[in-house]
Amino acid sequence: MVGMPIEFRAVRKVYPDGTVAVDDFSHHVPSHKTVALVGSSGSGKTTLLRMVNRMVDPSSGSVLIDDEDVRTLDPVVLRRSIGYVLQAGGLLPHRTVLDNIATVPVLSGTPRRAARTAATELLERVGLDPSLGPRYPSQLSGGQQQRVGVARALAADPNILLMDEPFGAVDPIVRRELQDELLRLQAELGKTIVLVTHDIDEAFRVGDEVVVLREGGRVAQAGTPSQILTHPADDFVRDFVGADRPERLLTTVEVDGRRLVVDANGRPAGVLSP
Amino acid sequence: MNLFAEALAWLADPVHWSGPSGIAARLAQHLAITVAVVAVSAAVAIPVGVLVGHTRRGRGVVVAVAGAARAVPTLGLLTILGLMMGIGLQAPLAALVVLAIPSLLAGAYAGVEAVAPDVVDAARASGMSEAQVVRQVELPLAMPVLLGGVRAATLQVVATATLAAYVSDTGLGRYLFAGLKTRDYPQMLAGALLVIALTLVLEAVLASIQRAAARAAAPTHARRAPA
Ligand SMILES: Nc1ncnc2c1ncn2[C@@H]1O[C@H](COP(=O)(O)OP(=O)(O)O)[C@@H](O)[C@H]1O
Ligand SMILES: [Mg+2]
Repeated sequence: MVGMPIEFRAVRKVYPDGTVAVDDFSHHVPSHKTVALVGSSGSGKTTLLRMVNRMVDPSSGSVLIDDEDVRTLDPVVLRRSIGYVLQAGGLLPHRTVLDNIATVPVLSGTPRRAARTAATELLERVGLDPSLGPRYPSQLSGGQQQRVGVARALAADPNILLMDEPFGAVDPIVRRELQDELLRLQAELGKTIVLVTHDIDEAFRVGDEVVVLREGGRVAQAGTPSQILTHPADDFVRDFVGADRPERLLTTVEVDGRRLVVDANGRPAGVLSP
Repeated sequence: MNLFAEALAWLADPVHWSGPSGIAARLAQHLAITVAVVAVSAAVAIPVGVLVGHTRRGRGVVVAVAGAARAVPTLGLLTILGLMMGIGLQAPLAALVVLAIPSLLAGAYAGVEAVAPDVVDAARASGMSEAQVVRQVELPLAMPVLLGGVRAATLQVVATATLAAYVSDTGLGRYLFAGLKTRDYPQMLAGALLVIALTLVLEAVLASIQRAAARAAAPTHARRAPA
């Protein structure tokens, strides 16, 4: 599998209205890893993500993919080589599920039949029944639409996947399912994934590395979930990850010969495997 | 016999239907004028409207131009153009184009502007060029509203195309002007009925095309085309 590391070099984005969305952000996203950018709304996550596929060009600084400045690449070609999943799904309402998934391959010249066949396989890959292929997006549940969004992003077999709050619009149970599905897919595919979320639990669950952002895309702390939980850099991070929240402070008690994990309120969180 | 019955009798007379100046020929002329005017106006107004909707630039200019064009009295414009261009079809065709443009322009830009921004954004982000975004996403989704503009423009033009006969012996308007001059009211009413019939036929055709476009844009909603 080809390695496709992403490098943010001192990027800054000032929108025409003067908003400084990203002040000065540098970070390295290693190949085959999932990096979760997490921060509250307006902290510049989407802006950062969209710099990778040139949906936003930085005001200064640069983004490099595999040591190549994206600014030197044609945006349309670049975007076709990168999978993009966004919150609302953004599926084309007038095209069937299969044709939505086949969009990029068809744009790139794959014959429609072949693209549809491949799209059917992708449906299964993201855990959907192929019989959903001829349906239209509005005939699917929110969770199913998100899976189709993931399938569409994977259709051109990109090395990089950008995900902007991909599971934000679905209920918590489906959200959890989709997160597990992403972990399973990533174990198979080994893409370089940048995932944006405001949900720290999601960041911890799916991220190999987590970057906690403040206003203006400033890095409050970057590290593995364990590093951040065990050593929050400052009060902002401590507060953001809820390091002092009862559900994060776990202890074990013995009940009927089994080690039960309980939170600071005494609520059971699970059982220790023997 | 009352006027209406006389008009129907006039219409039923086969003598009035044949020949180069008969009803059949005039219906064809009237239809041809309408189609030509709408086609020419659409060729100008729709690309501009789509471009404005796509780029979201120049909306103010479009609204101003469309408003101004709407405010122009067609008969007045026709008179001026007729004096400038002389007798013949050029002046009525030009006046009708001015009449048709506002509806077409408004339909095209309103339709494109109303396409959900996140759908367009996702299409662009997955690697569609701007032309592909317009052709594959914005146009199909805007089509019902855009065709609403075509429908409105067509109805205005088919009704107003009677004025072509004011400066040129063309179309169904001839029956109105000739009937008025000779006080042949059955002929006048027959002419009006023919215009109405043609309008209704065009309306039915366009409405069904618009419904088909609405189905294509939202395949799962059994949505009816806006009236
Ligand atoms: N196109 C834009 N024009 C002006 N300001 C923008 C634009 N997009 C985002 N912003 C502003 O930039 C800041 C960061 O936005 P964004 O990157 O979307 O943050 P996040 O995804 O973390 O919520 C916010 O204050 C937002 O209002
Ligand atoms: Mg965002």
